[in-house]
Amino acid sequence: MLPLTLNNLCFAIDGRTIIDHVSVEIGSGPRTIILGSNGAGKSILMRLCHGLLRPTAGTLEWRSGNGDPRRRQAMVFQRPVMLRRSALANIVYGLKLAGIDPTERELRARDVLEAVGLAALADQPARVLSGGEQQRLALARAWALGPEVLFLDEPTANLDPGSTRDIESIISAIHAAGTKIIMTTHNLGQARRLGDEILFLSEGRLVERSPVERFFREPASTEAAQFIRGELPWQ
Amino acid sequence: MNDLTQAFAAAFKLIGRLDPELLGIVTLSLEVSVTAVMIAAAMGLPLGAALAVERFRGRQAIVVLLNALMGLPPVVVGLVVYLLLSRAGPLGSLGILFTPTAMIIAQSILITPIIAALSRQTIEDAWREYEEQLCSLGARQLTAALTLLWDTRYSLVTIVLAGFGRAAAEVGAVIIVGGNIDGVTRVMTTAIALETSKGDLPLALGLGIILVGLVITLNAAASLIKEAAQRRYG
Repeated sequence: MLPLTLNNLCFAIDGRTIIDHVSVEIGSGPRTIILGSNGAGKSILMRLCHGLLRPTAGTLEWRSGNGDPRRRQAMVFQRPVMLRRSALANIVYGLKLAGIDPTERELRARDVLEAVGLAALADQPARVLSGGEQQRLALARAWALGPEVLFLDEPTANLDPGSTRDIESIISAIHAAGTKIIMTTHNLGQARRLGDEILFLSEGRLVERSPVERFFREPASTEAAQFIRGELPWQ
Repeated sequence: MNDLTQAFAAAFKLIGRLDPELLGIVTLSLEVSVTAVMIAAAMGLPLGAALAVERFRGRQAIVVLLNALMGLPPVVVGLVVYLLLSRAGPLGSLGILFTPTAMIIAQSILITPIIAALSRQTIEDAWREYEEQLCSLGARQLTAALTLLWDTRYSLVTIVLAGFGRAAAEVGAVIIVGGNIDGVTRVMTTAIALETSKGDLPLALGLGIILVGLVITLNAAASLIKEAAQRRYG
C-alpha cells in the first residue's frame, strides 16, 4: 500500500494553521523519523496519515492495493491506552476488531507477547503493568495486527532509559520483520539509532528531508541546523 | 424520651422476631425497587453510552435535559403515571393502577435519568481517554460503546446502586400510584409515613432502621467493589 503520497496537505483548527502545505512521498523500506520542536505539528501530521484526523485541504493517498489501507496500519501512542482486562485480552481485542479468526487470535497474541518479553505477564491485568511494560504491550498489540505500516508517536517519551532500550529493540525487530516504521521523537539520539531518513517539520511546514547521517552532519535548512544545535529559532 | 426508648426497643423486637407484617413490607419494597432498577439500568446504561460516544445535533440539549431530570420530584412522576394509568387515562384499560406494576413503572421513570446521566458522564470521561486508540484499532461507534460499558463496569455498578438507593427511599411516587394498600402495595417508605401518622412508632421505626441499614450496606458494597476493582485492574 506504500508509497503514501501527501499533496499540499493542510490542517487547521479554529483558524490556526497547524500543518501547512506538506507534500511528500513516503515509500516502503527506510525507517522514517519525523523531527521537529514542540508544536511543529509532528503528532498532528502522524494522525492525519493514520486517518484519525481529516485534512482541511490537500490530499493523502495510499497506493491502491489490496484491501482497505486503514486495516493494514497500526499506531502506538505516547501514552499507551490499555483496556481493563488482561494483557493477553488486550491483544486479542485488537485482533478481534481486525476480523482475525477466533481460533487464531490467542495463538497470535501469545506469539507477540513472547516476542516483546511479556509472556509471563499474559494474564496480568494490563493497567497495573509498569509504564514500560504497558508500552511494550501496546507495541505487541500493534504488531499482532501484522501492519504494513506502523506509526509511533513519541513511544518512549515517558519512559526511563532501560524501558526505552527495550522499546527501541522491539521497534527494530518489527522493522526487521518487514513493517514500515514512521515515528516521531524529540530524542535526537533515538532518531540517529532508529532512523534511516528524517522529515524535519517547522511550524507545520516540511522544511527538510534527508538521510539521517546527512541530516545530522550537514542539515540543509537553517531551522534544522538550529534545532540540532539546540537553539530555539526565535532567539 | 421514654416513648422514644420504648419505640426503639419495640422496633428491634419486631426486627428480631422477623415480624411477618414487617417482612412482607420489606420484601415487596425490594421486589419493586430491584425490578425498577433493572429496567432503569437496561434503558439508562445504553442511553448513557450512546450519548457519550455519538456526536449529533441536539446532543447537548439532551444531556442538559437528562441532568435536569435527575432532580425529578417523585410526586410529580407519581402524578403523571397516575394520570396515565387512571381509568380515564390513555393506559387506563390496563387496570394496573394501585398495583406493584404501577409502582415499578413510576420508579423506573424516576431513576432511568439518574442512571443515564451519571453513566454518560463516566463513559464520556473514559471515551476521552480511549477514543484515539479505539479508532486506531478500527472500532466503530457501537463496538466503542460496548467496550466502554465493559471497561467502566465497576463505576457503573456504583451508579446503579445509587439508583436503587433513590428508588428504595422515595415515597412520593409509590404512594400516589400504589395507594399504600395493606399487603398489596405497602412498601417501607409508605408504611413509615402511614404508621407514623397513626402513631404506631415501633413499626415505623423498625422499617426506618431497616431502610437506613439497607442504604448504608449498599453504599459500603459499592465502594468496596470499586476499591477492589481499582486494586485488581488499575
